[in-house]
Amino acid sequence: MSTTRTIDASPDTGGPQRARPDPARAKPRTGRTWRQALRRDWQLYSLAILPLLFFLIFRYLPMIGNVIAFRKFEPGGSPLGEEWVGLRYVRMFLNDPSFWKVFANTVIIGALTLLFCFPAPIVLALLINELRGRRVKRFVQSVSYLPHFLSMVVVAGLVMEMLSVDGPVNQLLRAAGNDPIAFLQEPGWFRTIYVSSEMWQTVGWGTIIYLAALTTIDEQLYEAARIDGASRWRQIWHVTLPGIRPTAITLLILNIGTFMAVGFEKILLLYNPLTYPTADVISTYLYRMGIVSNSFSYAAAIGLFEALIGLALVMSANLISRRTVGTSLW
Amino acid sequence: MVTVDNTRGQRVFRVVNTIILTLVVIVTVYPFVNIVARSLSDEFAIRAGKVNLLPVGFTFRTYEFVASDPTFWINYRNTVVYTVVATAIAMFMTTCYAYVLSKKHLKGRKFLIGIAVFTMFFSGGLIPNYILISSLGFKDSIWAIVLPNAISVFNLLVMKAFFEGLPSELEEAAAIDGMNTYGILLRIVLPLSKAVLATMVLFYAVSFWNSWFAAFLYMSQSDLFPVTVYLRNLIAGATTGTSVGADATDMTVATNIKAVTMVLTVIPILVVYPFVQRYFVKGVMLGAVKG
Repeated sequence: MSTTRTIDASPDTGGPQRARPDPARAKPRTGRTWRQALRRDWQLYSLAILPLLFFLIFRYLPMIGNVIAFRKFEPGGSPLGEEWVGLRYVRMFLNDPSFWKVFANTVIIGALTLLFCFPAPIVLALLINELRGRRVKRFVQSVSYLPHFLSMVVVAGLVMEMLSVDGPVNQLLRAAGNDPIAFLQEPGWFRTIYVSSEMWQTVGWGTIIYLAALTTIDEQLYEAARIDGASRWRQIWHVTLPGIRPTAITLLILNIGTFMAVGFEKILLLYNPLTYPTADVISTYLYRMGIVSNSFSYAAAIGLFEALIGLALVMSANLISRRTVGTSLW
Repeated sequence: MVTVDNTRGQRVFRVVNTIILTLVVIVTVYPFVNIVARSLSDEFAIRAGKVNLLPVGFTFRTYEFVASDPTFWINYRNTVVYTVVATAIAMFMTTCYAYVLSKKHLKGRKFLIGIAVFTMFFSGGLIPNYILISSLGFKDSIWAIVLPNAISVFNLLVMKAFFEGLPSELEEAAAIDGMNTYGILLRIVLPLSKAVLATMVLFYAVSFWNSWFAAFLYMSQSDLFPVTVYLRNLIAGATTGTSVGADATDMTVATNIKAVTMVLTVIPILVVYPFVQRYFVKGVMLGAVKG
């Protein structure tokens, strides 16, 4: 926010120039004062005004808006609430058994997604990489990227049609002499459906980065390994996997950061009261509490809790990764 | 490429690999084939569980039926309008900010980058956003859809990385000739950046074309819905109030109608996809360089 201030500041105010001495020391060229920087680069700064307004209004104001988690909020009243109520709403959800139910569901679905959908693109990329013909390779890649470009509504629609009583899966079941299953009405099936459709949608697109990383591995390393008598498997284990490790770790950190925000849109489209016991997650629960039932403060408290966990997760994953393997996002 | 070593294990591996990847391709494509088959089939054949790879009781009637619903076309037009307007705004904002961030000499640059990157890891959340959009009076207006997602930080970083890779000599020469920053951006930098601009337009256009939740949340009148919300209401079994599900004895929307609407929603993407796919891949690569 101090940057918005510096843009507005007239060149005479020497105030902000003391604000950030560190980057100034790093490079002599940036050692200029704010007054000089503004005089020289005001046209550049002016290009940043609208984008900064965007971030301020649509990204940082909602963060501030989270104060309603600690204030009583009346629909139609002040967007920042009416009066302080302290931790009332926090205590409320901590004592709410439904909250802990959806918390557990979130962790389970998040963990299953990470377990299956994180390694899948690595495996697929290795398999595609072993293909010989270039055109075959490109064909497989093009097809596997396709689901990434579908609207979540279409994906949900496809899942419903595939699993409907007259759909292909039940046709197979019937052909094998079983009774049809109403998959989307069965709580026991929801996690399987969620994870497998997630895999269907994301695995191909996820290979792009790994395939790119694979091309950067030095061919001489493979040659050296072959001379040492390494089999194909050992080459993969000792050359290929270490070669894509930094990429994999970066993606792992990012995935851990979104761990709690499990596919809100997809679950909202696919679940129903019958499957709530396994399908309802924090984000869908707070959607129903807030938007559907108008308990805005209560839902905001839950949302803030979720966002803070997400932030803490990505920061600790980043820290652990930097300490142990030396790869980090920042 | 790698020299072919024709051990027995190698041959077995190649056969197994081919089988696995063939299965991957089939599993990926099959749902589309099935949906197209359903969209062209007779409803009773679908109900009986007979439709699989090919249409049974071939008919175009379902397409005619869906196409005769004026709401469908209004919603389709809305999707086009929202996509075009939102993409234009997003391109303007993203280009401006990415260009600023790409100037390494700029004082306060790290802070400006930090403002954007922080929002990747922490966001205000659903409820404060909902209250904000409501207080701004954006409900039931196009602004609720086109403004709140005007900058995707991922796209911003991709574009910044591209601008940083451009040779600085041209810009410096233009500056010496007395051209100002706006002129340099417009006449020197952007013409050199056609590839990344095309990629960004595609990224944004696809994401706005596919988006549904903002409209679902903020739009209450069916003539403002994009086609994704139209489809959502069909698959959720809700009545959209018009001719859809006109068959009064039918409680849920017929499965062939859903199939047709899905096909019609996806067609523009499927038609454009083969031609633009490589641009998307390029964009991800550029982003990966940064990561």
